[in-house]
Amino acid sequence: MAEQLHAMLSLRGLTRRFGGLTAVDAIDLDLARGELVSIIGPNGAGKTTLFNLVTGLDRPDAGHVGFEGGDITGLSPERLAAAGIARTFQLGRVFGNLSVMDNVLVGAHTRLRAVKPAVPVIGPLLELGLALLRPASVKVEEERLREEVKVILARFGERLLPRIDQPAYSLSYANRRRVEIARALALMPRLLLLDEPTAGMNPTETAEMQALIAELKAEGLTILLIEHKLEMVMRLSDRVIVMDEGRKIAEGPGEEVRNDPKVIEAYLGHGLSGTAEQESAA
Amino acid sequence: MSSWLDYTINGLIVGNVYALVAVGLALIFGVSRLINFAQGSIYLVGAYIGWVAVVQLHTPLPLTIILVAVVAALVGLIIERFGLRPLQNSVRIAPLLATIGISFVLDQLVMLTFSPNPRALPSQLPDVRFQVGGGTIGPLDLLIAGVGLTSALLLFAFLRYSKLGWAVRAASQDRDAAMQMGVDVNRVNQAVFGIAAALGGVSGLLVGMYYNQIDTAMSLQATLKGVVAEVVGGAGNVPGAVVGSLLLGLVESYGVAVFGTSYRNLFAFLLLVVVLVLRPNGLFASARQAPPEPLTGTFIAPSRPLRIPRWALLVTAAVFAILPFFPVSFYVLQTLINAWLLGMLALSLTLVAGTVGQVSLGHAALLAIGAYTSALLSLTLSVPVGLAIIAGGLMSAALGTLLISPSFRLRGHYVSIATLAIGEIVSLVILNWESVTRGPIGISGIPPLSLFGYDLISPASIYWFSFVVMVVLALLQGRLLGSHLGRSFRAIRDDDIAARAYGLSLNRYKSLAFIFGGFAAGVSGGIAAHLYSYINHETFNTQQSILALTVVILGGLGNVVGAIVGAVALVGLPEVFRIAAEYRILIYGIVLLLLVRFRPQGLLGTI
Repeated sequence: MAEQLHAMLSLRGLTRRFGGLTAVDAIDLDLARGELVSIIGPNGAGKTTLFNLVTGLDRPDAGHVGFEGGDITGLSPERLAAAGIARTFQLGRVFGNLSVMDNVLVGAHTRLRAVKPAVPVIGPLLELGLALLRPASVKVEEERLREEVKVILARFGERLLPRIDQPAYSLSYANRRRVEIARALALMPRLLLLDEPTAGMNPTETAEMQALIAELKAEGLTILLIEHKLEMVMRLSDRVIVMDEGRKIAEGPGEEVRNDPKVIEAYLGHGLSGTAEQESAA
Repeated sequence: MSSWLDYTINGLIVGNVYALVAVGLALIFGVSRLINFAQGSIYLVGAYIGWVAVVQLHTPLPLTIILVAVVAALVGLIIERFGLRPLQNSVRIAPLLATIGISFVLDQLVMLTFSPNPRALPSQLPDVRFQVGGGTIGPLDLLIAGVGLTSALLLFAFLRYSKLGWAVRAASQDRDAAMQMGVDVNRVNQAVFGIAAALGGVSGLLVGMYYNQIDTAMSLQATLKGVVAEVVGGAGNVPGAVVGSLLLGLVESYGVAVFGTSYRNLFAFLLLVVVLVLRPNGLFASARQAPPEPLTGTFIAPSRPLRIPRWALLVTAAVFAILPFFPVSFYVLQTLINAWLLGMLALSLTLVAGTVGQVSLGHAALLAIGAYTSALLSLTLSVPVGLAIIAGGLMSAALGTLLISPSFRLRGHYVSIATLAIGEIVSLVILNWESVTRGPIGISGIPPLSLFGYDLISPASIYWFSFVVMVVLALLQGRLLGSHLGRSFRAIRDDDIAARAYGLSLNRYKSLAFIFGGFAAGVSGGIAAHLYSYINHETFNTQQSILALTVVILGGLGNVVGAIVGAVALVGLPEVFRIAAEYRILIYGIVLLLLVRFRPQGLLGTI
């Protein structure tokens, strides 16, 4: 019970079905403040669907999502972003025609003062008015955010800073992933969900990314990570959750999960599980 | 009682005709995820080929039908091969725009060949009526029902039992997988376009015979009806398209029975909007699906916009501002006034279609709302014209945004359909709401432009007025694009899923874009009303919406300077080259096609 009270994110019986397929099947999960939990599992295990359910891009058929003590099940992605949940996407969804600077500035959108008033009709009209009149306060805020973006981009060394005014479509695959993470950081998230941040990166780039995530964790950010590179998962994670066919089949510290026969079976296939067990026994 | 049976029969017969168009649209959508806006033009071609066959060649009916089907199919194959196949790897919006351009070109070619006057297309069947229960049915009704059923059966057999039919079904389920399994997607596309065109052409012939009259305005109506039926049945769903067509036929027929003929189309478009809003995947669609993840936004052509130095813009503006001091002819000023008015509309559309990515095909409706508001306020309430124009802009902003808001959740081609339908609805409401809009008579005697009590009558003063208004709107829009709203709009256009995940509410920002754009378009319409002194429900029509779209693409989507350059070019160049009025629409269509094919980023580049 006490653990639940401290949980930043808690999933209870979260379920999502697509026709006959149960993509996410009664998942329970608690994530404490400052914790880094990784979700691993074979392709099609339901990891990304789980992310979509947590971030509001998809609605669960059953179950609840709790965030900082409140129930956020079924809230829209915009509301969840405003609540401090940021995510990156598996295939990299940058805004292709926007510059790197603008991409990251969009990340800071929910923090703009102009978008704060939630009054219907009046709020949006005020926002339009502020955008057209651009009083000093708006200019100051914009300048501050631009400086902030440069600080965030500096975390990626010289990868993004020299390309700050280039449109995102001209970036390499790895750089698009970095822009996505920079955009997520600009939101000043309370919870960060990373969907395969190192997909398509070479070993050097992966090592850089791993160092960055370790840094974020050290700064106290709460992170949920989907990743296939087990080496990295083992080094970064406080806990690892293994999913297969929508279900959670194992949970615990990395080393423990790694040797779990069910996990080996899920990864290597059912026919091979016997030999795998023998190998692990040996 | 008997009349109800008549209305039912009539509804089913008309539904059958729609089905011939809608099934073609559904086949094409299934394979290429494209709404073919040229389908109505093929239908038009079919009707005129039928006219040539019946009236000039005196062919017997079976031969007429075969001739129409073959020629229409050929047109379809040409469209596929030369209009669409080159665009396969182009940006998502390109094929849609191409079919609009093709539709313009075909319609104009038919009009230039056969003149815009309606022609009688005699039915080749005896004019007798059979008593059926309480209603009557004629041989033509039976023919239409027969052709409908036969084509449905032939199509079913083709899709179910022929090898190419299998390929079509495979390609419509998963194009990439079908290609990997060795399906020749080009051949599938050919087959689909050929069949769709043959069905569309025959449909045009039958409708011509049914109403005993054909004219070039049939084209857009047919496309609209086919699209309505197809979307109601679920885009890409062939049996759904048939059911949707019959449903549409019945809804229209009963609507006409209760309210009268002028409401026919209103019911069709209301049905479309209701279905789009409540069940955007059609009445028979299965569960909701998560949209695929794109790598990056591929909606508009990525490009580096041409940066025009500020001094060059200032100098150009100054030259245009002092133009009336030079001995230029009234004709030049008049042309430029038209360009400024179109420029305002293009500013509005480039924001909505370019910056936010909502390709509106009903933008002329915003002109109409502004024009009617301003005209009525100044005429009936004696509001000063300057204020009335601003009120027209505000009304257009408010009403336009309100009308379009149900379709904010739609994406891509659906937005275009919804805006097209909403544009038609506005025009039909203007036609039918006689107590306010004076219905088909229109509004005459609208007071001339005036400012602070001074009438602006001289060409120079009208020129300055419209120029200044346009420049102010352009400056405001530039300012808007430079603010956080500019990047928010573009982010939504490039990837609405990622935008939402970062707190951008689609409703909020699409509304703001339509409010701003609606104001510019409404002001343009308001000025036009006082300039023309007479307006009616046809003053602001779909042709203007498409012209504005061509201007916007010519200038570069989202490009403020481009919108104005495009407007001057499209209004001015035909004048410079003294191109006769009847060829202009043809030229606009060709310009649109060439742009989409060779320079999708326009002259100045997309922003």
